[in-house]
Amino acid sequence: MTATLLVFFILATLSIIGAVSLILQKHPIHSALSLIVVMVALAGLYLLMGAEFVAAVQIIVYGGAIMVLFVFVIMLLNAGLEEHTNESKLAGFPGILLALALMGFVAATVARSTTSASAVGGTVPGALSSTKQLSTLIFTNFVYPFELTSFLILIAILGAIVLAHRENS
Amino acid sequence: MIDFLSAHVEIIITLIKILLLLFIVLTVNAYLTWFERKVVAHMQSRWGPHRVGPHGLMQPLADGLKFLFKEDPTPAGVDKFVYFLAPLLALGLALTSIAVIPFGPDPIRILGHDVWLYIANPSIGLLVLFAITALGVYGVALAGWSSNSKYPLLGGLRSSAQMISYELALTLSVVGVLLMANSFNLTEIVNSQAHPAWGVGVLGWNIFSGPFPQILGFFCFFIAAIAETNRVPFDLPEAESELVAGFHTEYSSFKFAMFFIAEYTSMITVSCLCAILFFGGWLSPFPTSWTFTYYLPSLLLIPAGLWVIWDGIRYETIWGKMVLPVIGGVLVLLGAVLLVPQLHFVNVFIQGPFWLLGKILTFLFVYVWMRGTLPRFRYDQLMSFGWKLLLPVSIANVALTAFFVLLRSKP
Repeated sequence: MTATLLVFFILATLSIIGAVSLILQKHPIHSALSLIVVMVALAGLYLLMGAEFVAAVQIIVYGGAIMVLFVFVIMLLNAGLEEHTNESKLAGFPGILLALALMGFVAATVARSTTSASAVGGTVPGALSSTKQLSTLIFTNFVYPFELTSFLILIAILGAIVLAHRENS
Repeated sequence: MIDFLSAHVEIIITLIKILLLLFIVLTVNAYLTWFERKVVAHMQSRWGPHRVGPHGLMQPLADGLKFLFKEDPTPAGVDKFVYFLAPLLALGLALTSIAVIPFGPDPIRILGHDVWLYIANPSIGLLVLFAITALGVYGVALAGWSSNSKYPLLGGLRSSAQMISYELALTLSVVGVLLMANSFNLTEIVNSQAHPAWGVGVLGWNIFSGPFPQILGFFCFFIAAIAETNRVPFDLPEAESELVAGFHTEYSSFKFAMFFIAEYTSMITVSCLCAILFFGGWLSPFPTSWTFTYYLPSLLLIPAGLWVIWDGIRYETIWGKMVLPVIGGVLVLLGAVLLVPQLHFVNVFIQGPFWLLGKILTFLFVYVWMRGTLPRFRYDQLMSFGWKLLLPVSIANVALTAFFVLLRSKP
């Protein structure tokens, strides 16, 4: 239990540090690297909860595929340091308020729920733990949302191709 | 002290195993470079390394020392943090991936504890490997970007594009195996191949066995894996004739060596995976009733040892005359020990690792063989090959395998 708790706090700290540094870094590549740290730390948290498949997919899809594309595009554009415009005071103040409100909302939800899994030493509901159960769930109960999502992604891909081709012709 | 040891025995065993495996992998890496240089040299009618030690056997050690003692300049204008991070990332990820590979079926019993021949055996072993592969792109891409130089940048861009493209085919090509084994666990994947038709071991391997032999899957996997490890003929990221050395142009000394070791470690991982996923892992290719195949390791070791002794006696240098017969003697002794009836259990235990190592070495040889044979792809050829041939073929393989698996499960 204590070892789990220790690992949890290490991963949680890592993901928070990554998230903060993602915002504070001046260079796009450093920001992207911070985001990778967040993704991998989250995968570690999933693993801690016993959701092995979700953890692996988190690293493969988010840590690997998506972030590689981010880094690739930043490299391809050879983007330099960010240029900071005069920060808007109006956006700053309500932003902090909204962030605090969101934090309170999430904390309240977590505190109120008793059935949901806790990351510390807890486990996810059985349906999420093994690959077989997860896939059974996806392809029976949630088959329509699943297929709809894949259509959505397909449409996004087609949209990207159409946009890219319009420029050529 | 004793209490502490007995309370944490699992952790201690794992730590020892990690150190041992690191030592073995790094040594094998070193001698893989020697092996590669020798084989390519002989393919090109050259001698290869033969000055440092008999048959150049000390060459890896000399190279390692050279890497350590070379000056290690940091080029001007590099992004310091990322520049140092990239080789660490490449090597760390490459070495981590070895941890989930099982090297044999049975545990060794040491002081009442079962010591298995793997460091970790997660139920999602294969996914862990793919996760590590997915992150492996960063080592190369970040090295290319952070060097602040045009050749590494081009190499890094090429490699990112290449690795993203071939990762799809790599992942899809093993889905057939997963469907047939019904598991992500590497041990279970090997065990699923242990029920051959007519008891002939080789017919149980995924590449030959039903419901749908994974020949297509294997070729897609192997080609995509070569591309993922940036080896010939897919070594565009480091194409030395165009990009000097590609992504690691600006790295020297031990940081360069780290990329080098990472590349060779990935070669070993890929060879392990080929053997485990498609060629039955540690399973013998012969029928299980042929017990005399248990003497094959001795049959191989003793003549090899005798040949090394014979070669050593005729060797030109005094050093070689002394060292080579000793190596040969050790090989003969090992072979002889395995023949002793009282030590039969050792021989039985050694069978699994023996076959797995044999298969791994075969694939490593194929790697080197390809380097000695094939010219490099052009960039557009590489892309169209990956997207227009490998990807459709591996998707077709998934569909066909799924169809036949379904056909068999519902008669």
